[in-house]
Order: sequence, then structure tokens, then C-alpha cells
Amino acid sequence: MSKTKVIVGLGSCGLAAGAAKTYDALDKIKTADNLDFELAKTSCIGMCFREPLVEIKDESGSYIYGEVTPDRADEIIEKHIKQFSPIHDYVVQSDVFEARDNAFYEGQVKIALRNCGYMDPENIEEYETRDGYKAIKKIIDNKMSPEDVIQEVLDSGIRGRGGGGFPTGLKWRFAKNSEASQKYVICNADEGDPGAFMDRSILEGDPHSVLEGMLICGYAIEANAAYIYCRAEYPLAIKRLNIAIKQATEKGYLGKNIFGANGFDFEIFIKEGAGAFVCGEETALIASIEGERGMPRRRPPFPAEKGLWKSPTNINNVETFANVPWIIYQGASSYNRYGTEKSKGTKVFALTGTINNGGLVEVPMGMTIKDVIFKLGGGIKDDKKFKAVQLGGPSGGCIPEHLSETIVDFDSVNATGAIMGSGGMVVMDESTCVVDIARFFLDFTQKESCGKCTFCRIGTKRMLEILTRITEGEGKDGDIEALEDLSHQIKDSSLCGLGQTAPNPVLTTIKYFKDEYEAHIRDKKCPALTCKKLLSYKVIEDKCTGCTVCAKACPVDAISGERKELHHIDMSICTSCGLCFTKCNFDAIEVY
Amino acid sequence: MRIQRVISKKGQRAENEPVDLSHLDNLISKYKNKKGNLIPLLQGTQEIFGYIPHEAFNKIAEETGLKRSDMFGVATFYAQFRLMPVGKHIIKMCHGTACHVLNVTAVTESLLDYLEIKDGETTSDKLFTLEAVACVGCCSLAPVMMIGEETYGKLNPKEALKIVKGIKRNETLENKS
Repeated sequence: MSKTKVIVGLGSCGLAAGAAKTYDALDKIKTADNLDFELAKTSCIGMCFREPLVEIKDESGSYIYGEVTPDRADEIIEKHIKQFSPIHDYVVQSDVFEARDNAFYEGQVKIALRNCGYMDPENIEEYETRDGYKAIKKIIDNKMSPEDVIQEVLDSGIRGRGGGGFPTGLKWRFAKNSEASQKYVICNADEGDPGAFMDRSILEGDPHSVLEGMLICGYAIEANAAYIYCRAEYPLAIKRLNIAIKQATEKGYLGKNIFGANGFDFEIFIKEGAGAFVCGEETALIASIEGERGMPRRRPPFPAEKGLWKSPTNINNVETFANVPWIIYQGASSYNRYGTEKSKGTKVFALTGTINNGGLVEVPMGMTIKDVIFKLGGGIKDDKKFKAVQLGGPSGGCIPEHLSETIVDFDSVNATGAIMGSGGMVVMDESTCVVDIARFFLDFTQKESCGKCTFCRIGTKRMLEILTRITEGEGKDGDIEALEDLSHQIKDSSLCGLGQTAPNPVLTTIKYFKDEYEAHIRDKKCPALTCKKLLSYKVIEDKCTGCTVCAKACPVDAISGERKELHHIDMSICTSCGLCFTKCNFDAIEVY
Repeated sequence: MRIQRVISKKGQRAENEPVDLSHLDNLISKYKNKKGNLIPLLQGTQEIFGYIPHEAFNKIAEETGLKRSDMFGVATFYAQFRLMPVGKHIIKMCHGTACHVLNVTAVTESLLDYLEIKDGETTSDKLFTLEAVACVGCCSLAPVMMIGEETYGKLNPKEALKIVKGIKRNETLENKS
């Protein structure tokens, strides 16, 4: 009989939700009552909406408990461990009975996330027992040539998971074919898309699979040095990567003559990014590693010919590398049985926004967006109406409700005007204003533009000015056309992906929600009631208690009324700052 | 463009606190003559002082041969680098998409209002600096802020105020004892 295991999810989300305290509480009970179970750590289990999560694995199966506060931990140990009676009400997922969130896992296929939440990321032995470092061993044992490895990756059909969707095997072949004594592998872990955390979860939950993927790439393109360019905002990921590199080096998976293969040397270094979205672009990232301003360079020459320090370089993102060991070990045909004709395998998405089950999911390509949101994600919060989903962050676009049958696949998503991107899926309901979202993204790209190309530098700024005007009620006829015109010019005249895609959020929202733009411009109304300056306020008569809080808060004295009597807002004085609404303790202010 | 961030702050140039540059010696000898050392040097400097003092640029330039113009160019390009001293606690308000959709703006505004500063500024008692940052990657807990290494999620204006006030109260107690 194997020992009962109690596993706490200690990823960034879990820690933020208080998982460290839960772990300490469990540890204390275990010691105090001298209990016979194994207390273990893991990283993100994926169900971020139920953090902190604790999984109990006993001989009957697995039970994942949600929202485990230290108090609840006491109760769970008392009932489940001591009395062998699981508390079904607290269990969110289980393979023993139909728990309330079991649907979250149905339809998911875990390849990139195969180890996330299933092992201790700081323990290399656990990775080894889950087929870790067996893909690279298979390559050496079966004497696969670099070309064999590349062919296997090509056959799998995997395309770059960073957003571009370029076939990974092809990229590797270009780098392999460049003759040079020094070549580099780079892992792009500069996950800058606001609203995306797939790569963070993989790095925190399964750093070794990324290292092994890089090692295999190094073998295939004949490189012996590699960099992981990781955001400094991810301290836990960096810490776990450092531990993983140290362990892999001690075990002989990194270093010189790996697996005794003469001349197969590989070293991995970590470079901390300094905070610039544009560094997600390959050539800008290379400039940043070289210690310069992260400004993109002209391509060609492509990094595969002249990359880091002018040596051939192959860059892939975290998720791509995490898939590679699985593909090699299980074989290309195991991978390409998932997916659609042109997009093979699976894709990880970070589900966020106004959705019930926000978290990390991995689905086979070809699933509809609607299924991802409603079946896995549990639908929209507070039973509001689903309005749109934003895919691809600042480079992507909004897909409206009527296109929610669109399948997850590079080409189908591109056809809507959005892009697959790296996997951020921000769900919006009827209370989200799409014009404000477009302004939000333009504000982001405008700040993040490196300034090299005129159209991107100045064009995004002009677009932001127009959008800001519209959301403040100063929109005028011709604004929509001006936005479209600028968008096309920026797309045509920018050197890198940032500029070429920056107008996408604006173009897609104009395409699908033109009436909302027109309401802002012509009627000076924000239908979603988001744009502050376009809102009107009034006092709800039967809720007002006459407490005078709103009148005192009003900076322009637009609210009148005696103590304990009904108050009144004079809209001719009101500046729509919304303070009365925030300050009222009785929900007696109505926005319209 | 990023450089705007710095120009707009020019008015509040760092106070002339004495800076002990000898702390830089180890850092410089570690990275001197290494390829691509500029960013690690600046990151190291910021780790020591909390920001990059003007004098540090001069010293690094003299001892490593890096150009001051290059260093300043890099320091003003990346969001991470600060040219001004910061408060004891750095509040990073996440302004990622998920946080934006869930109205982090109201949370930020209430904190700025309470601390009596603008985005990017430091309070007069040097306790807090507030910065709006791009995504910190805890989107399922949106709206989120980070204070130091600690992450706080599912915020609303009242909750956030309570947290900041709590830190302030602890600081005052510590000072008294």
C-alpha cells in the first residue's frame, strides 16, 4: 500500500492566495499529531479560481480540495486523513466521484502541462520518474542524428507557440544548415502580453521540461550554449530555473560530453529581462542579451543565420520547448493525432477576465472557443451576457460572441482578424466597453513602442489620442475612418511584429462593434457604462438614507440635500467623476 | 515611447544624498570586460542602491570603458530602471488586461488619493512608491498588486487601502519602539 500523499500547490497564484500558510498549517498538524502521510509541494495545478489547492492522494484515488484556508486544512485532515471520510463539499476535482469542477478537466489534453501540478518542480528525481530526460536519452541511445531529430519535430507538425505559428522543425533546420563554430539556443521567456501566464506556470511548475527541450534543440542544431531570457517580474520562475539548471548539471544532463556522447556539450544561462514588451520580438531580444536597447533589427539576415553575437541562433518560446521532449519520447505520430489539418497538437490558454473558472487549460487544437469558455471555463461570472473574447493580447483582437464557434487553430483565428498569440484569453461580458479596451491596448503599445519606426512611434500615439477623445465624449465624425487609415499605415510601415500588429485591437473592435464606437461619438454614450466621462448619475429614491456622504465627497458640489433627506444630483454641474458612486454605502446611486 | 517616462520625471531630480560608490567595486570586477555586461551592471547597481545614482554612471564608465551615453540610453529604455530613489515599500499595481477589465483603475486611484502621490512617485515620508506595471501574471486573482515580494489578489479599493494602511501602521509602531 502506498502512503497517502498531501500535495499543496505553491505556484505564484497559489502563494498569492495564501498557500504558504496552508502548507505551514498542514505541516504543523502532521508533526503535532504524528500523522503518517507524505506532505509534498507542487506548482500550479491550473484551477487558479479555487486557490489555494490541496490534493490528497490515497489508495482510493485523487481528491483536489479547493479554497483551503489553514482552518479548512485542519478540518480536512481531521475527516479525510484521520477518519478516512473525504469532505465531498470541499472537493473540486476528483477521479473517484463527480466533484463540482470536474468539467474543468474534461476535454483537456495535457502535453506541455503534463507535469505541472503533478510533481515537485524543485526535485529532479520526480521529473525523472515522469519520463524526464528520457527523450534526450532516446536520441543518444538510438543514435538519432540531428537531422533525424529535426525530421521528427517537423513530422509532429508543431508550430511556434509564442504566437507567430512558424513551423518549429523548419526553424531548427535553418539554424542547423547555417555553418558556424558557435551557435546558440535561446528560450524566449519574456512573457509580456498582459493577461497571459502560461509560460510562467510552465517555468514554475516544470522547469526541467523546458531545459530538456532546449537541450534537444541544441543537439539538433549543433549549438553548445543557450540562454533563457526571462522576465524579472517572475522571481519564482527564475529561482526554480536556477535550481533546475544546478540539478541537471550535477546529474550530467548539462555540461560536457552529455550521456558520454563525445563532444556533446551544452550549457544554459539565465538572462533577466529588464522590462520591455518589444523584447519578445526575436531580434530585439537578441539586442537585449547583448546589453543594448531592445530595438528590433532588419531581417534578413534572420537569427538562424546571424543572431546572437552574429552567430546562428534559434529562438523558441517556453511552451514550444516544453512540448519537444514529449514529442521525441512519444513520437511525432502521437502528437499530430491531436489538432486540425494545419495546426497540430495542443495549445495552453490562460483563461481570465469575467469568467467563472479562470485558470490554465490545455486543449487540443480544433476545440471551439465557445467550448473553452463555457465547458471548461464554466461560463461568465454573475450570469452576465458573454460579449467578446480577446485573444493574443495587444497584438491580437476581439472575437465577438457570434463568432464563438471559431475553432482554436492558427488559421481560423487569423481569419477573424485576431491572432492566436501566446495564449492569453481574456473574456469580456456586457459591462466591458470595447472602445475602452482598444484604448487600453493602444496605451500599452504606444508606451512599449521602441521608437525606431516613425509610423509605430507617432502613429500609435495619434491613435491613442483619438481613442482617448472618443472615450471622453469628444469624438467627432471621421474619427473611425482616421483610425482605420492610421491602422493600415502602421501595419504596412513597421519593421517588427509589435508595430505590424498594434492596430489589431482597434481594427477588430471597429469591425465587430462599430455601433458602440458610434454611440460614443454621436450620442456621447457608453453602452457598457464603463467610460466615466460619458456617464450620468442619479440618486435612487428608496435607497437614499440622506447620510450626506456623497454630498461631502462631491468635488464640484453638484449634490444637494439635507441630512436624513433625499439627495439630488444636478447633472448640469456634475463632472461624472463617479466619486459619489464609489463612496455611497447604500448602493443608492444609479449610473446610466 | 519609453523615454517619456524619464523626461516627465526630470522635475523631481534625486536629492543629493551621499552615495557610497565603493559598494560597486565587487560588481564592476565581476562584469568588467564581459560580453553583454551593460544590463547586468545596471541591474546590479539598482539592486545595491534601489535606483541608479548619477554618480554610479560616471564610476562604471571610468572603470569599464562603457560609454555613458550607451548606459543612459539603456537605463531609459527599460521599464525596470529607476533614476530616482524610491520608497521603502514599492507598490506595483498590475495594469494587465484582466486587471483592467476588473477595474484596477479604481483601486489605483484610491491608493494614489490616500498616499497623495501620482503614478511613479514616492510619498514624502519615503515609505511608499507606487508604480503601475504591465501584467504580473496572476490574472486569475485580478485585480492584483505586489508590495515587495508579496502579491495581493482580488482587490477592491477598500481592501487595498486596508493593506497599505496596515503596512503604514506597522512602520509607525516600529519607529516608536
